Amino acid sequence: MKPAYAILATALLVLVVLHLIVPLEPLLELRRTDPGLASLLVTEIRLPRTLLAAGYGAVLGMTGAALQALFANPLASPDITGSSSGAALGAVLGAYWFGVADPLALAGFGAGGAILALSALLLLAGRRSDTATLLLAGLAIALAAGAATSLMLALAPSPFAFYDSFEWLTGSFVDRSLPQAAAALIPAALACALLVRRTRALDLLALGEDVSASLGYLPRRVAIEVVTLSAIAVGACVSVCGAIGFVGLIAPYAARRLSRGHPGRALVPAALIGAMLLVLADLAVRFAPAGRVIPVGILTTVVGTPLFIWLVVGMRRRLAA
Amino acid sequence: MTSLLIARGLAIGGRLQPTDVDIAAGSLVALIGPNGSGKTSLLRALAGVELSGGRVVIDGEDGASAPPARRPHLLAFLPASRDLIWPIRAREIIAMGLPTDDPPRVDQLLDQLELRPLAARPVTELSTGERARVLLARALAPCPRLLLLDEPLSNLDPYWVLKTLQLLRETVEATGCSALVSLHDIDRVHSFDRVLLADQGRIAADLTPAEMLSSRELSRSFRIENSADGWRVSPPEGPRSSP
Repeated sequence: MKPAYAILATALLVLVVLHLIVPLEPLLELRRTDPGLASLLVTEIRLPRTLLAAGYGAVLGMTGAALQALFANPLASPDITGSSSGAALGAVLGAYWFGVADPLALAGFGAGGAILALSALLLLAGRRSDTATLLLAGLAIALAAGAATSLMLALAPSPFAFYDSFEWLTGSFVDRSLPQAAAALIPAALACALLVRRTRALDLLALGEDVSASLGYLPRRVAIEVVTLSAIAVGACVSVCGAIGFVGLIAPYAARRLSRGHPGRALVPAALIGAMLLVLADLAVRFAPAGRVIPVGILTTVVGTPLFIWLVVGMRRRLAA
Repeated sequence: MTSLLIARGLAIGGRLQPTDVDIAAGSLVALIGPNGSGKTSLLRALAGVELSGGRVVIDGEDGASAPPARRPHLLAFLPASRDLIWPIRAREIIAMGLPTDDPPRVDQLLDQLELRPLAARPVTELSTGERARVLLARALAPCPRLLLLDEPLSNLDPYWVLKTLQLLRETVEATGCSALVSLHDIDRVHSFDRVLLADQGRIAADLTPAEMLSSRELSRSFRIENSADGWRVSPPEGPRSSP
């Protein structure tokens, strides 16, 4: 298991370096003509983008794994549970209705929205609901939060709210500053560090809530902790980069192959895989036709949807067997 | 008699009336009762799964305040459900019962429960009876002082019913731990030292197996009676009208 982690970490490192230096030509050109500007390009423009892609990917992977372990369902993830949509609603309210400009305060609004969405899911579907209930409740929350977000944008005091929020809400790392990256990633890193400490509790949930409770891990408490920490991590990232789908669903699925099925032990590999996926996706969108910007969230959705359908078909087959 | 388990005033609103239970060290105790009589509620209250008024002391330690690191040594609870969602290998499920890695102990349990051929298979691919054995092995793994087993004999074939009872007897004799085991098949109580009868959320009788099987409490609770041909349904109660 350990060598696999080392390979993953090395691959991630390679991708991160690639992400920083690609495209290489303008960087080399600038180094010749204006070395100061070249280093500014790397630290001020490319570094926040790389950090956000890797950090947000790690957050999606880890929170996806944690939510799947908590809800005992391989389809639970930040997007499917509606928490990303809730975070977007919170951030839109903060930015356009409360005039919040400070990235950290905006991250707080995002986290608040995600907590509300996940709490609503717990109320609607319960902790160990069947897949249909979980998906329907998540869908209802995502639709409601999406509609509320559109309404808040339409009625926002700024007439340009709809227009400027598009690129933000569809998930993108373009033109984010280092302070914005810090506002998203520092709370997210703290939340993830605390989530990793719940590894054993999340693994024991695999034996059922009663066994977990008898061993001193009260499921209700674990649920509150996991929901709060996941919401903080996802909310902070969504408030800066918008919602990005499917990474939180696919990364834990792949990670459980490395953790030999253990849902809690999948947290760290899921974070590594999530980071790799999102860095790779953000590298890919750079090959968009000149002058066009493809938000990375669109790419993950286009690639993720067939995988999601494949997962659902696989689950249906298993249930029928 | 040294009491390994002392429980006082356990109660769960609507399901378990205030109940006291004492179990001696090294004893095998059966818990029987009709459906909905409170067997599972009592086991859950003892395991600390459900908050109940009252106090549970296991081997001199307070059951409620024992930290997660200590609890696997104190008690193991095996719920009646055999449902597992994640495709974890059988061997790993057993290892999850242990607070630290101990492959020789897992091997020993794989042998005792004849699970070697299934060890590398995901539990989601096993039959219900096979999963029941894996989950029992998980509960036995840390050699806890108190085993709380909810219907461990359900879903097992006759060989495994007898084998499990034999294994439980060997375990309590070898380690001095105790087991409280809920059962549906009342004819199995002969394998136990004592039998508790749960009825309407309380312990209605606490007797030896032979006493229990001939007791009026058992007949009344289950609405069955012993006859020369074995158990049969009791005739409905109430005054009979003469023709």
